[in-house]
Amino acid sequence: MTALRNVAAIVEKEWRHYFGSPIAYVALFVWTMLFGIFFHFAFTYFLKQSMMMAQQMEFGGGPKLSINEWMIRPVLHNMAVVALFVAPMLTMRLFAEEKRQGTIELLATSPITDLQIVLGKFLAAAGLYALMIVTGLVNLVPIWYYASSAPEWKPVLTGALALWLIGSCFIALGLFVSTLTRNQIVAGILTFCLLLGIWTLGWADEPTAGPVMKAVAYLGVTNHMEDMVKGVLDLKDVVFYLSFIGFGLFLAQQSVESQRWRA
Amino acid sequence: MIEVDNLTKRYGRTTAVDGISFVVKKGEILGFLGPNGAGKTTTMRILTCYLPPTEGTARVAGHDVFEEPLEVKRRVGYIPETPPLYQDMDVATFLDFCAKIKGVAKADRRARVDAAMEKCRVGDVRKTLIGRLSKGYRQRVGLAQAILHDPEVLILDEPTSGLDPKQIIETRELIKGLGGEHTIILSTHILPEVSMTCGRVVIINKGKVVAEDTPDNLTHRLRGAGTLRLEVRGDGPAAAEGLRAVPGVTAVRPHPPAGGVTVIEVEAAAGSDVRAELARAVVQKGLDLLALQQVGMSLEEIFLHLTTTDAAVDTAASAPMEATA
Repeated sequence: MTALRNVAAIVEKEWRHYFGSPIAYVALFVWTMLFGIFFHFAFTYFLKQSMMMAQQMEFGGGPKLSINEWMIRPVLHNMAVVALFVAPMLTMRLFAEEKRQGTIELLATSPITDLQIVLGKFLAAAGLYALMIVTGLVNLVPIWYYASSAPEWKPVLTGALALWLIGSCFIALGLFVSTLTRNQIVAGILTFCLLLGIWTLGWADEPTAGPVMKAVAYLGVTNHMEDMVKGVLDLKDVVFYLSFIGFGLFLAQQSVESQRWRA
Repeated sequence: MIEVDNLTKRYGRTTAVDGISFVVKKGEILGFLGPNGAGKTTTMRILTCYLPPTEGTARVAGHDVFEEPLEVKRRVGYIPETPPLYQDMDVATFLDFCAKIKGVAKADRRARVDAAMEKCRVGDVRKTLIGRLSKGYRQRVGLAQAILHDPEVLILDEPTSGLDPKQIIETRELIKGLGGEHTIILSTHILPEVSMTCGRVVIINKGKVVAEDTPDNLTHRLRGAGTLRLEVRGDGPAAAEGLRAVPGVTAVRPHPPAGGVTVIEVEAAAGSDVRAELARAVVQKGLDLLALQQVGMSLEEIFLHLTTTDAAVDTAASAPMEATA
């Protein structure tokens, strides 16, 4: 009970920081704007393609293009790249600023555990990120009104979930990096480099790859997104993301605790 | 209330706190005195469970800081040297957050926040962002944060640093008012503060306790009760001679006369009151006695003496002692 209340108090405090400063607005603005731009390009590309398809129809024609496959899926994929940039923005401040301002001493001398602090901060960032995703998805709503055949909603939901899980992995890692320094710019840049490195691991996945490269590719966060974006919710992907997040939070908690021993 | 036993903290090779022990009784205000870098802050951080000790134990309100940190934290209010405040929150919001993480029950929260604001006189800035507050107000918000959950123990690390004289006096009054119901440890390097607010003083230097007593006792113990300062008009050497003859006098130090007035310092054995005899001796020589006054060593002198002498521990223990003039 007290544990929950403590976590909730930290979440509320972090949201105050997010919305009391430009960070939340900048992140929301960048995210929704890019979502809109990508959606616009995917939309015009889709129109062009279906026009061509319609022309081919006269000669016996191809199949009808799926809105899910040609319009929504590429947008979600692109937004995963944007998450790579936005996650460090959300996490760089979380611990670095507490350390710089000395307020970490207030938290550390209050009857609240390190794990509760870490969880609260993670949930605050992941929650703001969820809000960003929901705001972005609003772009898609008109499709249901205007498309001649409505897209499936299930792949949209699982795709959005995948997007949230990927971003949350980034946030968990960013949170850990933020515990390492008292300079939030350093935390942000370091987080971004680390995330980029993890992102490239996914590129190791080729048909000719040996077992080692397969294992490396497995750690690439994007590869677990593919099935979910297609609407297939596989337990092993969800477990992968959740354990990734858990590992990041574990590192963060260990880091906060060990700094007290070394300090 | 607070028992510190053989507490040691090492950072790598340097030893910040070196086997200190002391006890603070319930309701007492203990002054923690020492030069910068003596280990005051480290000790306080161990008592508030911010740092783990390397060796030794510390118990606050019956709970070990290492074994049961949450229990200790629930009972301790703490202000670090720079009060930890979120610049972008207003005072009321900040205190409300603190009340939440300090486990104040929801029903009491408003009342507690209001009470703390009133006690620390920050009610008039309750809606002001902390980043815009003056140093004095920030210190008070820090204090309000520390007393929010009505802790049994208050640990204040240099609560008056950086304040103007008026604010210092106000803060001292506030701390005095908190004593009695709260047990307080207060660190400082400003000496008058200790004699004004604290019932007992622990002086530490280089991580070790060099003296522990009430401010008054420290003063007496160190100089010996019988140091007297006389002002005599007329023949100084003659007066000194007469004073030496008084039984119980152990040393007489005449200063060079200035304008016909000679200042003479007289030391007498501890426990003997020779003031009447001294006065008589001067008058019998046919000289004028202008002043006769008991001289205590000021806390500043004691402090300097203790923290600059290597044999500080020995001299503090053996009283009375020859004062270094």
